[in-house]
Amino acid sequence: MRQAGETVTGPEASVAAPEVLRVAGVSVSLAGRQVLDDVSFTVGAGQFTGLIGPNGAGKTTLLRVILGLQRATAGTVSVLGQPRSRRNPSIGYVPQKVLLDPDLPMRARDLVALGIDGHRFGMPLPSRARRQAVSEMLHAVDADRFADAGVGNLSGGEQQRVLIAHALISRPRLLLLDEPLANLDLRSGQEVVSLLARLATEQQVAVLLSAHEMNPLLPVMDRVVYLAAGRAASGPADQVIQADVLSRLYGHHVDVVHVHGRVLVVADAAPGGDGADLTASHAAEAG
Amino acid sequence: MHQIWTWVFEPGFFSSAPVHVAVVTGGVAAIVSAVTGVFTVMRGQSFAGHALGDVSAAGGSGALLVGLNPLLGFVGLGIFGAGVMDMIGVRRVRGRDLATGIVLGAAIGLSALFLYLDTATGATSGAPQQILFGSIFSITSGTIPVVVIFSLISLASIALAWRPLLLATVSPDIAAARGVRVRVVGLLYMLALAVSVGLSSLAVGAILSTALLIGPAAIALRVTRTAGRALATACLTGIGTTWLGILLAYDSYYWGAGHQGLPVSFFIVALIFAGYLLSGLPAARIAAGRRETASHAAASPARDQIAA
Repeated sequence: MRQAGETVTGPEASVAAPEVLRVAGVSVSLAGRQVLDDVSFTVGAGQFTGLIGPNGAGKTTLLRVILGLQRATAGTVSVLGQPRSRRNPSIGYVPQKVLLDPDLPMRARDLVALGIDGHRFGMPLPSRARRQAVSEMLHAVDADRFADAGVGNLSGGEQQRVLIAHALISRPRLLLLDEPLANLDLRSGQEVVSLLARLATEQQVAVLLSAHEMNPLLPVMDRVVYLAAGRAASGPADQVIQADVLSRLYGHHVDVVHVHGRVLVVADAAPGGDGADLTASHAAEAG
Repeated sequence: MHQIWTWVFEPGFFSSAPVHVAVVTGGVAAIVSAVTGVFTVMRGQSFAGHALGDVSAAGGSGALLVGLNPLLGFVGLGIFGAGVMDMIGVRRVRGRDLATGIVLGAAIGLSALFLYLDTATGATSGAPQQILFGSIFSITSGTIPVVVIFSLISLASIALAWRPLLLATVSPDIAAARGVRVRVVGLLYMLALAVSVGLSSLAVGAILSTALLIGPAAIALRVTRTAGRALATACLTGIGTTWLGILLAYDSYYWGAGHQGLPVSFFIVALIFAGYLLSGLPAARIAAGRRETASHAAASPARDQIAA
């Protein structure tokens, strides 16, 4: 009955772009709990992929495995055809809940500059090329206006832009973002999403973005990796977000409801709860 | 003119050997503390800095007991304490807090024992005052080379760790994902912190070392926007308050009829506190561009409400 690691359409069928990321049979157990169970999917160059699932589905753990910050109990991750290594310059990363203190003595451009060489020991030497690269990157994320403002004083949406610039300035082929929309109001969230969609094309970078609420992403997502109860289904959104596919993932019956142009995943009356929207309710809480 | 000069600098200030030693050691301690302190404040590790001061106190009082230079005790036990804190501190913030508290408690207990023995044996009856609250005018000139070596170790650690330390301060997750060994960088910083706390313990006493560590850095972070300027401002503030404190303490001998000089540490800490209050004035922050200008205020209304 259970078909974990299901791929709705084979990667070969729909991924025309060269493969940037391949996750194959990844399982993770943390403190005896199975967090990820045989997760497999691929991401092609320049694709925008949404990693969707309710809170606690294992999204952050999966991203940490891809980054090499978390060891997988089983399975492999390869980036650009190579087994992933400890420091992988082909991956840019924007973690969730980065708290930038108002007193942090850093302008937006200083934080972006750390994206070039922040991992190296020693102090940076002033360099014209470096300054120019930073300015170009800030321009690419529409951050010229606050390039010289202290990062801690920026709004949540502005900070996301700066963190995205920080992650992209080393020209990675894959950009991972962990719940970048979680603390943003609707409008800033939409701005960040359209920015990322544009960057995916402009900078030829594959975007893998985790979110518990899929609706803001539906217009731009090339593919979905839907994660529930540690299991994943992947493919084009309209093929993955189907009642039968998601019911198999959740292990109980769910309905996919289209209301006012939004897609909601709704659980049946299950033991321990009435019918509940499994994804959008979190967004309602956050808003 | 001459009267004002002698009123500011009481007689003998420039020819006094203890003053020379105090100006050099105090200045060096202020620089090292300011540099390390900027990161301490940014990383929210003031408590660890304070705890290392108490660890230093145990080291300094122990050193006196066995006839060593207190500076060696300050720095030696400080580094050991930093290592222990890192070892049991794990990575979680709460674990770090707890580890710091445990080490601090043990250190104060040791200080109580050593200081009791110091005074009971009679050889160093002024030990509690010297170790806990500092006596910068009684430092011997032979200590200066040791002070310089320690300060170079501390500054070199910070310079070496600079970029990854900044990155790890912004986000340990980003740093780790980019291959930074966050633990190693954190240890380098703790080494610098332990040494600088030892130096400032020598200057203003172990208990007050936190003031020299945190104060100038906190002032600098209030009025600057880049790490480089924060460092420069912290150094200048640290040196300024330390030297002015030394001068005031020297002059205080002539203030009353009783010719009772007041402690340097008091003046330094009082000046730092006054500086911190001043740096919080809206005028200081606006002048430094820390507060947002009107064009940007609309984007962060919540922040402005808090500030107002």
